[in-house]
Amino acid sequence: MASESTNTTGTQSKGNGRMIAYGLVALAAVLFALAYADGYGKLAIAPMDQFKVKPLFGGDTVAWYTPTNVTFWLGMSILSIFALMVMGTRGRAVIPSRGQSVAELAYGFVRKMVEDVAGKDALPYFPFIFTAFLFILSANFLGLIPASFTPTSHFAVTVVLALTVFISVTVLGFVKSGAGFLGLFWVSSAPLALRPILAVIELISYFVRPVSHSVRLAGAMMAGHAVLKVFAGFAGAMGLASVAPILGVVAIYGLEVLVSAIQAYVFTILTCVYLKDALHPHH
Amino acid sequence: MAQDATTAANAAGPGMPQLDFATFPNQIFWLVIALVAIYLILSRIALPRIAAVLAERQGTLTKDLVAAEELKQRAVEAEAAYNKALADARAEASKIADETRAAIQADLDRAIARADDEISAKAVESETRITEIRAGALRSIEEVARDVVGDIVSAVAPGQKVDDSTLAAAVAARVKG
Repeated sequence: MASESTNTTGTQSKGNGRMIAYGLVALAAVLFALAYADGYGKLAIAPMDQFKVKPLFGGDTVAWYTPTNVTFWLGMSILSIFALMVMGTRGRAVIPSRGQSVAELAYGFVRKMVEDVAGKDALPYFPFIFTAFLFILSANFLGLIPASFTPTSHFAVTVVLALTVFISVTVLGFVKSGAGFLGLFWVSSAPLALRPILAVIELISYFVRPVSHSVRLAGAMMAGHAVLKVFAGFAGAMGLASVAPILGVVAIYGLEVLVSAIQAYVFTILTCVYLKDALHPHH
Repeated sequence: MAQDATTAANAAGPGMPQLDFATFPNQIFWLVIALVAIYLILSRIALPRIAAVLAERQGTLTKDLVAAEELKQRAVEAEAAYNKALADARAEASKIADETRAAIQADLDRAIARADDEISAKAVESETRITEIRAGALRSIEEVARDVVGDIVSAVAPGQKVDDSTLAAAVAARVKG
């Protein structure tokens, strides 16, 4: 019995080890190819090139309607969400399959977040928040595929997301509570003399919200990808000694997987907090 | 116009592509399309489906729990009935045992009484017979004594005639004494 269990663990860890080894080899090959494409031996590291918006079918001009790599990876994002949330739940099983479990997990996770943070009356807005969460999560994760493109690393995308949240939450606040929404800036629990000063501070912090909301996401994604690319460039230029930067890339990659999920979570929970302020503006 | 801006940005060399405002309309256009698509996929297909599945699961769970509760109730009832039947059977058994014991006791008493009667009857009979035998023995002793005394008298004093009744009275007085 005991020997059997140790045997199983041994086989498992051996399998894991082999998988990690394969992964490392594949990663090294991809990095090597990438470095070659950028110019091998010149140590020409251009970490920001990966963020360039390029037309998909040749040409140099990027008009508003041109299909670009942005279009392609946004499409991949839609496809992966469709695969997870629609194909995964195809069985509608009472005892879920793995894919359905993941879809239900994501659903329950965000729904509970909305309910806990913003309250039960925020549940009508759950589809919008879930859309934002799944979009950011899938775009972040897809961006971690070597040689891919990360829409969420662009201010154009995150600013639109953050401004959408900001404007809709503000409009919602005024629609729901009228002028009472301004109570958000009038801290009634503070001494009367302090309240005007606090109101100014609250007002400034309210308008800084979309800035921090968007810059946080784009900055985190951009920085992580740039660092990955810098290390990958080293790996391409250092010959045999490139083992060290490859290990660095592996470590940072793991970190980036975490960051991708956490940034999606942070964006979503902040949206819930802003929504709560709009629905319950009184301190 | 846009073309000019893009060319200018590209000519500016490596900078942050994020700040290349010429690509903004393009990105925003496609982003809005993607977000609308995702929203439609989720709100039209995925969310109702998942909500239905979760509700169905909840319903199934509740139903199963109720059924389990019912079955448990029935099991408790069945156990109570079993225990009651057991207790009844035990009481019946002890009653039958008591009755049987009482019947046996009665039989036994009757038999003992009969035996006692027989024994006492036998004892009385034996007593009578013993008395008879004793009386018979006494009489025989008297007869033998009378004969012996007659013989002793005729041997000691031949020719002396002893009256039988005198002899009998003397022997009787002697035997009694």
